[in-house]
Amino acid sequence: MKINGHKPTAPATRLPKCPTGIQGLDEITGGGLPRGRPTLICGGAGCGKTLLAAEFLVRGAVQFDEPGVLMAFEETEKELTANVAALGFDLAGLVRRKKIVVDYVHIERSEVQASGEYDLEGLFVRLGHAIDSIGAKRVVLDTLEVLFASLPNEAILRSELRRLFRWLKEKGVTAVITAERGRESLTRHGLEEYVSDCVIVLDHRVNDQIATRYLRVVKYRGALHGTNEFPFLIGDTGLSVLPITSLALNHKVTNERIATGIPRLDAMLGGRGFFRGSSILLTGTAGTGKTIISSNFANAAARRGERVLFFSFEESPNQIIRNMHSIGLRLEPLVKRSLLKFHSARPSLCGLEMHLATMFKEIAAFQPHVVIVDPVTSLMELGAAPEGKGMVTRLIDYLKAGQTTSLFTSLTHGGHVLQQSEGGMSSLMDSWILLQDFEGNGERNRVLYVLKARGMKHSNQIREFLISDHGIDVVDAYIGASGVLTGSARVAQGDLEKAAVLSSQQEAAQLEREVERKRKALERQISDLRSDYEGEALELRRIAEQVGTRTLLLGTERAASGILRQADAKVTARTRVRSS
Amino acid sequence: MKTHKTKRATKAPAKSRPPQPRAKYILRLFVAGATDRSRQAVLRVRQLCEAELKGGCDLKVIDIYQQPKLARANQIVATPTLIIKFPPPLRRVIGNLANITGLFLELDLTTKGKITL
Repeated sequence: MKINGHKPTAPATRLPKCPTGIQGLDEITGGGLPRGRPTLICGGAGCGKTLLAAEFLVRGAVQFDEPGVLMAFEETEKELTANVAALGFDLAGLVRRKKIVVDYVHIERSEVQASGEYDLEGLFVRLGHAIDSIGAKRVVLDTLEVLFASLPNEAILRSELRRLFRWLKEKGVTAVITAERGRESLTRHGLEEYVSDCVIVLDHRVNDQIATRYLRVVKYRGALHGTNEFPFLIGDTGLSVLPITSLALNHKVTNERIATGIPRLDAMLGGRGFFRGSSILLTGTAGTGKTIISSNFANAAARRGERVLFFSFEESPNQIIRNMHSIGLRLEPLVKRSLLKFHSARPSLCGLEMHLATMFKEIAAFQPHVVIVDPVTSLMELGAAPEGKGMVTRLIDYLKAGQTTSLFTSLTHGGHVLQQSEGGMSSLMDSWILLQDFEGNGERNRVLYVLKARGMKHSNQIREFLISDHGIDVVDAYIGASGVLTGSARVAQGDLEKAAVLSSQQEAAQLEREVERKRKALERQISDLRSDYEGEALELRRIAEQVGTRTLLLGTERAASGILRQADAKVTARTRVRSS
Repeated sequence: MKTHKTKRATKAPAKSRPPQPRAKYILRLFVAGATDRSRQAVLRVRQLCEAELKGGCDLKVIDIYQQPKLARANQIVATPTLIIKFPPPLRRVIGNLANITGLFLELDLTTKGKITL
């Protein structure tokens, strides 16, 4: 295909990398240490230089089939074997299988007398012999600087060390050289002058009485690398450096939705719950039901057959199981079926980094679909604010990359500042559900509402939720002129409304009856009037008849007398009109 | 001074008696190849053995290129290294042994020799 022809080819000059196999370090360095070149690892006492170097060597031998030579200037083979055994490495076994050679170089200063010029050919021969005997690809020189203390004539020593690093490059081995950190320079004896390809600085600091180790790649010639200071920890499976992922925003997304375990809450979230792989924040003050809602979510996921990892920093697993039993959630069968796993730890047990590193490890081992952190604020309080946020970002990032849905609960203090205080973290979250207390009428009731839900229609309603023996019920809160009513006030308001409806119904019926009554009265009146009228009309008609008759009679009489009196005809006519 | 004396007193009867009939001094010189520095060192040790210790030296010169295992076994880092195995305590002299006169005198070897004689 033509399109393939235009595919950008990898630059030929790209440095070959030598993977360390150490969690996180390969991500920071973009694949490992520079292959075939020396790398300097410096740091103060007790910050893990020797362990890092030893792990590089052991993992090389075990995972990458690259035998290695460990030239130790400070510790004997026995001591080293014991030290790395604590990390689960069998150094003695690797030595037996000819994967690793340990050469302990010891110079007793009190035995040594200087007399004239010398070179370090002895060291070269030993190293060369060790490399050739097992075909080593990796070399560790653990604290080469001991030589400065035990050999005279620093000028000779420096030129010999320069020659040593050149020689190591010529040999094509990937070397790690450890060195004590100096007061003003990176190393006490300025070894960074000779090792210019890659320099890693380790540090061990105590903040707020919590000690944390940090790693920083100061220099990596010819390659991009993370320049930040990354916390790392020494665990029971070796070192792990945070972050485990890069901080790019390029996760895959899915349209799949997962139910929350509370049907009414699903309904509030566009009817189908959260997006898979999204991050959810559940904030609320103490006792608003955060753990209960999280447990419901965990229960629902586990019952769908998904693996759920529940990090609890407040309660022990048994306590959660017992407490959830009281609302009808039976979690222990899920734990038994390995669908639900609890990890409880006191927040003050160790530093934030250590916690996160442990969490990363647990997540990597359990491969959960859903991760719950209850509450994340306990962790955040351990570190300085930006640091804590950075850590949580990395955790969310890591989870999103694996399409793992994450739910964080966050404990807030006090009422109104709550939204502000979460401002930092909320931007990292896809959905945010707020739990709140409503106090009044001598009772406290819980309400929840969806503050945000990226990418889905969601309800703007405040809902009350009730916790009962059979779980969580989300009900409509009463919202009226007098505000939001919850609990018994909501029930009372409901009753009031019912009564009002009833009374207005009664009123209407009464009015209806009144109308009827009036109509009837009116009809009665009309009929009375009519009968009155009829009676009067009859009377009047009778009178009229009488009058007519009398007039007739009178006329006849007049006519008769007129005839008699010979009266004028005109006058007779006028009189006739008046009488009619 | 006092501690020095008592140390010698406790060690001498246990360790110095058995090898007495044989060599009075056991020296091992480790060099790396036939460089100028190596040659200088070998020459100088031989001279010193003759001049200051008046013979009785068990001196062996070891080329670590030929026997790299011995370099490790003897904790050789710098070359040339002269190890004085006997009399105790063990000492290492690093360098080509140039520019130093009376090295063994300085190391208190001859004095010790006199005492044992």
